[in-house]
Amino acid sequence: MSAYSIFDITGPVMVGPSSSHTAGAVKIGQIARALFNKTPKKVTFYLHGSFATVYKGHSTDKALLGGIMKFTTKDPRIKEAFRIAKQKKIKYSFKEIDLGIHYHPNSVKIVLEAGKHKMSVIGSSIGGGNITINKIDEFEVNIKGVAGKYFTLIISHKNIPGILATITSEIAKTKINIANIQNTRLSAGGKALTIIALDGKMTLKQVQQLQDSDPNIDFVRALTKLN
Amino acid sequence: MYKFHSGEELIKLAKQHKIPISEVVIRYETANSTRNRSQVIEKMYKRLEYMDKAIQDGLKNKKPSASGMSGESTYKLLKIMKNKKKKMLLNDLTLKAMTYALATVENNATMGCIVASPTAGASGVIPGVLFAVKEYLKLSKEELLKGIFVTSGVGLIIAENATLAGAEGGCQAEIGSATAMAAAGITEMRGGQPDDCLNAAALALKNLLGLTCDPIGGMVEVPCVKRNALAAVYSIAASDMTMVGIESFVPFDEVVEAMSNIGKLISPKLRETALGGLAVTDTGKKLNKKLGLKIKSND
Repeated sequence: MSAYSIFDITGPVMVGPSSSHTAGAVKIGQIARALFNKTPKKVTFYLHGSFATVYKGHSTDKALLGGIMKFTTKDPRIKEAFRIAKQKKIKYSFKEIDLGIHYHPNSVKIVLEAGKHKMSVIGSSIGGGNITINKIDEFEVNIKGVAGKYFTLIISHKNIPGILATITSEIAKTKINIANIQNTRLSAGGKALTIIALDGKMTLKQVQQLQDSDPNIDFVRALTKLN
Repeated sequence: MYKFHSGEELIKLAKQHKIPISEVVIRYETANSTRNRSQVIEKMYKRLEYMDKAIQDGLKNKKPSASGMSGESTYKLLKIMKNKKKKMLLNDLTLKAMTYALATVENNATMGCIVASPTAGASGVIPGVLFAVKEYLKLSKEELLKGIFVTSGVGLIIAENATLAGAEGGCQAEIGSATAMAAAGITEMRGGQPDDCLNAAALALKNLLGLTCDPIGGMVEVPCVKRNALAAVYSIAASDMTMVGIESFVPFDEVVEAMSNIGKLISPKLRETALGGLAVTDTGKKLNKKLGLKIKSND
């Protein structure tokens, strides 16, 4: 096993009651919000497995909604998430779903909507507040360790020749090292999603430059270290 | 280098450099993170502040949790501690440790902010025992800081060689680990040597081997909340036993190995799934019905 930090042992600081059902749920909500990149008007949470059966007792519902409103795991406003969402005029609902046996028992599908914008994200809380993101819209992905290790770029683009070269050369300009790349496409010439984990942090300006570097790039989202 | 992967290595480093365990742990973290020494210490003080706040918030709380299963124990103990006429069997330190432990976990159960140490469900034992010992022995905050570095170091070894997750190892991995960590922490705080710290940890963990994770409704309340208070008593007892020279026949590292083995042998029904033990008692089932929880076994 790799070296732990003592602050993984004495920590995290979090609103209770459960690291997997509360703190992990906040993080999934935060990531969904970061991917959507705007305040949603409507959010639907489809709860799967243990999330569906015990979510009320762990306030997984408030935690997910809190994450959508960019609350951190230690934000006391999580308790008031329903009231604050109403104030912000965010419509929310919770439904049960069976995503299938391939998904971890603590999983949720979040559908975010604002006008004509719509996005769906599936995430799992895998223990101790650690999470994975398994699906973004129709793309199967595998984002782990977003909760600390890497600065992660999510890039939606057309699957055409040379596009990856454009993206990586744009990143090369920032002199930041790439730790890992995942690329998935729906069909040749169709939509594709690339996820790049970086050893360093890109500035907002650099992220914007990457987004503007090619018209075949739909959007770039940056996931920073979460807490 | 201050890397350690076992209790034996931790003691060896302490002896080699003639420093306490807390100092080895500070040097480990400084060497293995981007933080310098003063940042590591400052961050840990911050964690202690959050622990203190969780205790204080919990002490004020008289309301039951949303499920109604927990929430009034802290208040009852606090009341009895103030009433000097009522004779209790435990001493003031132990009662205080239980009260602080309960305050923290009841705060957790009512969505208060806590420090997972090592987990949310076992978050009461370490602050409960350490803060109570600090007050009882009239120690400085520097001494308390040493205690929390020791608990972190011991937890690190358990995380590396076994697990701290109830879903993986049952409650022995959560409350068992917290009890061992706290026992080691207060042993250094009261002046014990590095060997003593790990002996106290071994005694404490050995005592809780095989403990299952079978909470009612899958919630972090029954038996978790009251178990934190009772585990706090074990921590103090293990440290006292150590200081009179009672040795654990099985050394700490082997107890951790045993805990890992036992965790693998515990049925998944007793590992945070709410499918066995207390969770399926009549009381457990009634609670599920009352809250509309649909917990189903696959077989």
